[in-house]
Amino acid sequence: MTLIDLANPTKFLSLTARVLPWLAGATAILLLIGLYQAATAPDDYQQGATVKIMFIHVPNAWLSMFVWGVMSIAALGTLVWRHPLADVAAKAAAPIGAAFTFLALVTGALWGRPMWGTYWEWDARLTSVLILFLMYLGLMALWRAVDDPSRAARAAAVLTLVGALNLPIIKFSVDWWNTLHQPASVMRMGGTSLDKAFLIPLLVMAVGFSLLFVTLHIAAMRNEILRRRVRSLQMMQASQQAA
Amino acid sequence: MTALAALIRRDIRIALRVGGGALIGVLFFLTVTVLMPFAIGPDLPLLARLGPAILWLGALLASLLTLDRLFTADHEDGSLDLIVMGRTPLELACAAKALAHWLAAGVPLIVATPALGLLLNLDVTATSAVALTLLVGTPALTFTGMIGAALAVTLHRGGLLLAVLVLPLSIPVLIFGVAASQAAISGPLSFGTPFSILCALSLVSLVVGPFAAAASLRHGLD
Repeated sequence: MTLIDLANPTKFLSLTARVLPWLAGATAILLLIGLYQAATAPDDYQQGATVKIMFIHVPNAWLSMFVWGVMSIAALGTLVWRHPLADVAAKAAAPIGAAFTFLALVTGALWGRPMWGTYWEWDARLTSVLILFLMYLGLMALWRAVDDPSRAARAAAVLTLVGALNLPIIKFSVDWWNTLHQPASVMRMGGTSLDKAFLIPLLVMAVGFSLLFVTLHIAAMRNEILRRRVRSLQMMQASQQAA
Repeated sequence: MTALAALIRRDIRIALRVGGGALIGVLFFLTVTVLMPFAIGPDLPLLARLGPAILWLGALLASLLTLDRLFTADHEDGSLDLIVMGRTPLELACAAKALAHWLAAGVPLIVATPALGLLLNLDVTATSAVALTLLVGTPALTFTGMIGAALAVTLHRGGLLLAVLVLPLSIPVLIFGVAASQAAISGPLSFGTPFSILCALSLVSLVVGPFAAAASLRHGLD
């Protein structure tokens, strides 16, 4: 079982048909546990109950960048190895990544209102995530601008790799520019600064959201493969009718 | 080398002659700058404060406007296919085309900056700071914009898409260009820090731009 075996769409469909229910079940269980733990987590001494927005906001923000990373690897797969499913993976990931980014922005705004007294601030982290969202939308527009999927895939792959240069800027924006958004506190040099009562639910939610992404991604990839089959069947039918 | 020199000379000549449209960029730059006082009001101190930002925005939009022509005209008359098939590496040819585009469309913007700075009540220091940051920053705009231009030319109807794809990539250049000019005018930050980041952005785009543009041209043209 290697990456090459998955190159056959039929094998991919039959394998994922077996895996998908388990993934969905694990996602549901983890998210339920995480939500329960988040709901019962103690209030923060400064922020009160609003700290609980963190358990939704932080996983979404992580995933917004992680999905672009997945798409960059898929873009390499398209351009370098010509893996047949790489462009399917990249295309399926873009709307999911855009959704995570949007949720990160919205939950961030809802959290920012009671904490900072404003929904939006032109701060380095917020702005760079907004740019990431715009880039997701531009990429999705690029996918739709070309009729032929394989040509669209290569154009989108180039743009994805160029856009990946933005990821480190987003990740380190809070460290480089000292602005309103708090600096990194979970993954940082010298260990986490987060208390266990918050860290464990956060990690459970992060894993749960990651599994949610994997589940949605595989489901979207299956849809994309089936959509392409329908398309090629229609093309065949049209050419038969023409002949 | 002679092939690249010939390519650069040809592109500049086309851009400067009738129908090339390079100097239209300067006209557009002038128009955007003139529009601003109408929108903001003729308050000279306020205009002086906003001046660098207005000039940078105008230059950004003007360079975006002319980028569309970087590959389209060559694609229409078929010379782009010859460039792709030629013996010169496509990456170098893309870099040469971008350089020619910058010389023909970017440099006139920088030359026009002092005159436009006068309209916006900028003093000599401020004007020279803006001109210097534009001199360093516009190559980054051209070379990242080239990626979008290459994508757009392979799409056949990518004109509007070009703006959507390129503008997010040019935001860092805009930020540090304006930051450096502001630092030179009012402080308190030193001019050197944002200016060197701007130089770094230009150098990175010099490396990334030709490769990405060549890749998308190679994959996109049949």
